[in-house]
Amino acid sequence: MPSAAEATAPHKRIVDINALRKSYGDNEVLKGIDLHVRPGEVVAIIGKSGSGKSTLLRCINGLEEFQDGGLVVDGKPLLYDNASAMRALRQSVGMIFQSFNLFPHLSVGRNIMLAPSLVKKRDKTAARVQAEALLERVGLEDKFDAMPEQLSGGQQQRVAIARALAMDPKVLLCDEITSALDPELVGEVLGVVEGLAKEGMTLLMVTHEMRFARKVSDRVVFMHQGRVHEMGPPAELFGNPQTAELRQFLSSLQE
Amino acid sequence: MMPQFSYWDILRNLIYAGELTVMLSLIAFIGGGIVGMVLLLARVWRPQVFGSVFNIYVQLFQGTPLLMQLFLSYFGLRLFGIEVSVWVSAGLALTLYTSAFLAEIWRGCVASIPKGQWEAGASLALSFGEQMRYVVAPQAMRIAIPPTVGFLVQVIKGTALASVIGFAELTRAGNMIANVTYQPFTVFATVGLLYFCLCYPISLTARYLERKTNAVRR
Ligand SMILES: Nc1ncnc2c1ncn2[C@@H]1O[C@H](COP(=O)(O)OP(=O)(O)OP(=O)(O)O)[C@@H](O)[C@H]1O
Ligand SMILES: [Mg+2]
Repeated sequence: MPSAAEATAPHKRIVDINALRKSYGDNEVLKGIDLHVRPGEVVAIIGKSGSGKSTLLRCINGLEEFQDGGLVVDGKPLLYDNASAMRALRQSVGMIFQSFNLFPHLSVGRNIMLAPSLVKKRDKTAARVQAEALLERVGLEDKFDAMPEQLSGGQQQRVAIARALAMDPKVLLCDEITSALDPELVGEVLGVVEGLAKEGMTLLMVTHEMRFARKVSDRVVFMHQGRVHEMGPPAELFGNPQTAELRQFLSSLQE
Repeated sequence: MMPQFSYWDILRNLIYAGELTVMLSLIAFIGGGIVGMVLLLARVWRPQVFGSVFNIYVQLFQGTPLLMQLFLSYFGLRLFGIEVSVWVSAGLALTLYTSAFLAEIWRGCVASIPKGQWEAGASLALSFGEQMRYVVAPQAMRIAIPPTVGFLVQVIKGTALASVIGFAELTRAGNMIANVTYQPFTVFATVGLLYFCLCYPISLTARYLERKTNAVRR
């Protein structure tokens, strides 16, 4: 385990969020978030519905605009009105959605090849070789020419992971990526995520799978009403919650 | 002695006028398609900036009679001392009218593509143009083709109104020929038949495409 000083040294941070505030109209949804993530760290974000978990993730790759505070990923600050800065930042950050969001008009292979070809100007053969390798990594090497609608939810989500990885991101954001899946398909997707964690990918994942969070994450962040309410290693956070809100949240999950 | 007109004379002249109708329709459709596409892209690119302009434009042309738009384009341009041919007046009015309808049809199609598709594109660092071109447009196009083709029929019939500013398309030609031949029924029956021959294949195509896209999307 790195020491606390090491963990907070600015040059060791891959995601650096400072005093971030975000409102929808009059409704302040994020009320000053500070979060610093080391390269290779796996952070699980938990909390009640509406506590701002998705909004926080979506701020990190600029899908939502925030009003105050700062956000730096891999040394690249988030600048909304600078298209090339935005493009650079988004190449460092991959995102996987609850609803997969594969492109339904493109085959699995083309889903994966599209962004590297356009953004990284990778030539066709190179993009194809990479896509095939990624499909093998998520256990779908025979699905290159399949259309997304021909796949199960679990398979679609694994393609979505491969598609995000094709951009060689430094950080992967996962927003409840197994919530839309039938229970028997959850395992195959979590297996892939666990593999990524072991290989040293930096992960920020919003999840309701507490057992998974406990097993895979280095740190758990409990969000409550737009704030980071409690934060710590999973054993501590789950084993010895400090605040009444977290205790209540954890006991509500037992039912 | 009164000149005698054979049916062939009538038909020949009407077919010539029908060609003008086709030409005017093509001008309206191509011009309207281009203007409509520009409007749509502006609207989707920056909704906060162009949203209200777009809505006003569409409401203006959808909410007033095409006849009035033709009059305005004809007399309006003259009012500013711009002498233009009926081609320009009619072409301009029909282009603007068509652009408003096409832009609104296409906006609906783009809006029906789930937001998650844009977001997936954005997360993969695609620019707005790339998201539109490679992700959203191919999906929206499938939905847009049947209503777009169907609207072409409206445009063809709409060109008949250009007769009021003196454009000698099919309807006006029919009127003039009926006046000299004293065979209004024959003439207008032929006019109707020619419109039908233009529009019916298009309607059929639209219906076929609609079935086909429904089959694809199940
Ligand atoms: N597009 C939006 N416009 C207005 N308010 C929004 C929007 N998106 C989210 N909110 C509000 O922001 C708050 C936080 O939402 P968010 O989706 O981040 O919560 P969450 O923690 O992810 O919840 P869940 O577990 O249900 O996904 C909620 O009160 C929600 O109503
Ligand atoms: Mg959420």
